[in-house]
Amino acid sequence: MSTDLEQFYEIFFEESSELLAEMEACLLGLDVSSPDLEDLNAIFRAAHSIKGGAGTFGFTDMTEMTHMLETLLDRLRKGELEVRSEMVDAFLRAGDVIKGQLAGHRGDGAADPVATAAVCEELRKFSEAIYASNETADITTVKITDSAEVKSITSEVNDATGAAALNVNPALTVFSIAFSNEGVSPRAMDNLLSNLGGMGSLEKLILSGDEQRSKLLLKTNSSEEDIWEALAFVVDPANLKIAAEILMSTDADTLTPDPTDEFEAVPSLSGPPYGFFPGAPAAPNDIENIENSAATTGSGRQVTSSHPVAQQKDDKAAATAAETSSIRVSIDKVDQMINLVGELVITQAMLAQTASQVDPVIYERLLSGMNQLERNTRDLQESVMSIRMMPISFVFSRYPRVVRDLAAKLNKQVELKTVGENTELDKGLIEKIADPLTHLVRNSLDHGIEIPEKRIVAGKSAKGTITLRAFHQGGSIVIEVCDDGAGLNREKILAKAKERGISLLDGMSDQEVWMLIFEAGFSTAEVITDVSGRGVGMDVVKRNIQSMGGRIEIDSAFGVGTRISIRLPLTLAILDGLSVAVGDQMFIVPLTYIIESLQPTASDIKTVSGHGCVVQVRGEYLPVIALHEIFNLRPHSTEIHNGILVILEAEGHKAAMFVDALIGQHQVVIKSLESNYRRVQGVSGATIMGDGKVALILDTAALVMASQKESVK
Amino acid sequence: MTQQQAATTEPVNNYASNMSNEFLTFRLGKEEYGMDILKVQEIRGYDAITQIANAPEFIKGVVNLRGIIVPIIDMRIKFMLGNAEYDQFTVVIILNVSGRVMGIVVDGVSDVISLGMDQMRPTPEFGSVIDTEYIMGLGTVEDRMLILIDIEKLMSSTDMGLIDQVIN
Repeated sequence: MSTDLEQFYEIFFEESSELLAEMEACLLGLDVSSPDLEDLNAIFRAAHSIKGGAGTFGFTDMTEMTHMLETLLDRLRKGELEVRSEMVDAFLRAGDVIKGQLAGHRGDGAADPVATAAVCEELRKFSEAIYASNETADITTVKITDSAEVKSITSEVNDATGAAALNVNPALTVFSIAFSNEGVSPRAMDNLLSNLGGMGSLEKLILSGDEQRSKLLLKTNSSEEDIWEALAFVVDPANLKIAAEILMSTDADTLTPDPTDEFEAVPSLSGPPYGFFPGAPAAPNDIENIENSAATTGSGRQVTSSHPVAQQKDDKAAATAAETSSIRVSIDKVDQMINLVGELVITQAMLAQTASQVDPVIYERLLSGMNQLERNTRDLQESVMSIRMMPISFVFSRYPRVVRDLAAKLNKQVELKTVGENTELDKGLIEKIADPLTHLVRNSLDHGIEIPEKRIVAGKSAKGTITLRAFHQGGSIVIEVCDDGAGLNREKILAKAKERGISLLDGMSDQEVWMLIFEAGFSTAEVITDVSGRGVGMDVVKRNIQSMGGRIEIDSAFGVGTRISIRLPLTLAILDGLSVAVGDQMFIVPLTYIIESLQPTASDIKTVSGHGCVVQVRGEYLPVIALHEIFNLRPHSTEIHNGILVILEAEGHKAAMFVDALIGQHQVVIKSLESNYRRVQGVSGATIMGDGKVALILDTAALVMASQKESVK
Repeated sequence: MTQQQAATTEPVNNYASNMSNEFLTFRLGKEEYGMDILKVQEIRGYDAITQIANAPEFIKGVVNLRGIIVPIIDMRIKFMLGNAEYDQFTVVIILNVSGRVMGIVVDGVSDVISLGMDQMRPTPEFGSVIDTEYIMGLGTVEDRMLILIDIEKLMSSTDMGLIDQVIN
């Protein structure tokens, strides 16, 4: 049975991550001056759900953390506390800690215990500070064991106005819980009992393996929802009954000397035992619970929980409805489907070609069928490809937090705008784009946006704006990071480049100058901060984008702002390539590495020490990569000036690749060569051309690097 | 049932061994070979091959087999048997061994034969083009002799160079 619980771990992890993200979004959206009760409730619910799950799986560290969050949140939403921005910060940090704990349980990394302790301390301070300063203190935070304190608070509460006292949470509630044992493993039961035990004092009335039903009596300061949450993961909700009776404390009589006074102060909590709802009938199936609890606690009013139960059921129904509208499918299955559809398209193309040769008069019906098949296949392909697509809001949603934290750290005022969050791109790309984009956003914030004083001097509003924009253009997706900051300083970049010994040309265009910032180790920041300035990063960003088959461009105007655009293919599985021919073989060169193609004149070609060739292109000598030599092919011509040179650039080095001819530009589907064969030097993969033949995709970066090594030799 | 088991002299039960000891026979030059039919995925013609750079001569290249890229090995070149000619009769046997798909070029495919244990002889020790390590035994059918090769072991061996070996 233990494995049974483990198989739900993954679901819990995923759900918790989603809940945390949701919580963060709510927190960031929270208007501190006038918090929306709905938002607070949503945050509370998220924390609560995580707690419930964590409790079931026995992740006590998470339960503790979320519990503290919940305590504070509960009072915020009840209006007992004012929301302050420091609290939001603390909540965000708490969210981070929980994220860390989650990762820890997942098996990668662990929560920082120091940070955890600090956040705990902070949350506790908030709770206690309020208690000290607020007359209508909340009893829930007070340790029940300390009876003296309880007494003093209770009397304080009694002294307070009735209205205020109404806000007070019942300190202790006795819940009688009855549920069916059926299908609950002993281990799950132990876990459950220890969870319930952690909430308060637990009394087991009936609990044995032979019995079909268990009855528990729980004295706790947790809400009924908590208990429900703890149980619902283990016990079939249909067989679960919770009945509550509210007490002011462990011993109501001793703490409240005059019952009448108390009645006036808090009528709903300690009214005459059964008189408040004179006719309130207990739900028939709850009668035994009532009897049980009544026997244990002489005083206190019975509250049958039929209404909350119904509400829970409603919630559950709503949740189920939401679940059925989307399903979790493994990516493997989707990929397999994409593969199959790809094959279908090739087969369809083959059929179409054959069918085009028949007499259209005789085979009219066949041909119209073929047309329909073509349409259907294309539609099918499109819809299958769209399964992998996700809106980019998955990435964008993390930046409000990044910007907020960083802006506070740097004393800048920044507003983040996002445009086109619903633009969809491949899931694989979504995962990979996040890091480079984070880097760019941080950069914009640190280097781009100026401090408010400077902005005012420059005649701009004190608050800077960073805009994240995503949109489709042609067959690719463009993601832009714009800021209205200082812009790039041409002179500074050129000076820095000179200092670093980067070869510069006279009359470089702005575009070319801006691209210098992608050189490794390049930074114009005067001060190295922990945010940026070390010069690590932009080169990594460029490399990451390139490895995704994308391009990066910068537009900037000094004093006005900077715009960095990333252009990505729609999906990872498709590559923009130029097909080139060498002999009777065809190769695909990824378009992102190609600068230009040219037909050289014989005088441009020079040999170096009689062996290697270089070609002069606009004053630069580039090593020539003869593809036929590398791949041992028989080309149509070995004379370079009879063929075509494709100028490539990879990782800052340029080289000219000699091929027989250029064939065309294609979007090709990348297939792995390694799945059935081994790695081949100089080849990064293969693809299937329209005619069904295989073409190899060149590993351009490796080829260029190899040519560099050779020319050094 | 693996080849090692098939090669052992004592079958657990005759019926079961007959069931699984079916061999696809193919010709390489004048010799006749057999391999476990269960490793064979399909048989197709030889066409539209794409060469692979710097591969050994016997690896002819890769083909597109319904969307997957499959390497093709010419066994005739590998074992220096027969003439490596390619025409419309050249046959490619597509194998599925250890989760990988690959094709081998042979001179011709004859038939599928069941061999009982009594028809299988141990491999004599002699030098041959195929290391005896990859030969499961010799099968006799009437007056024909089949060289039964352990295709899985052969294809995953280092000298075929089909699979990236773990670097020590």
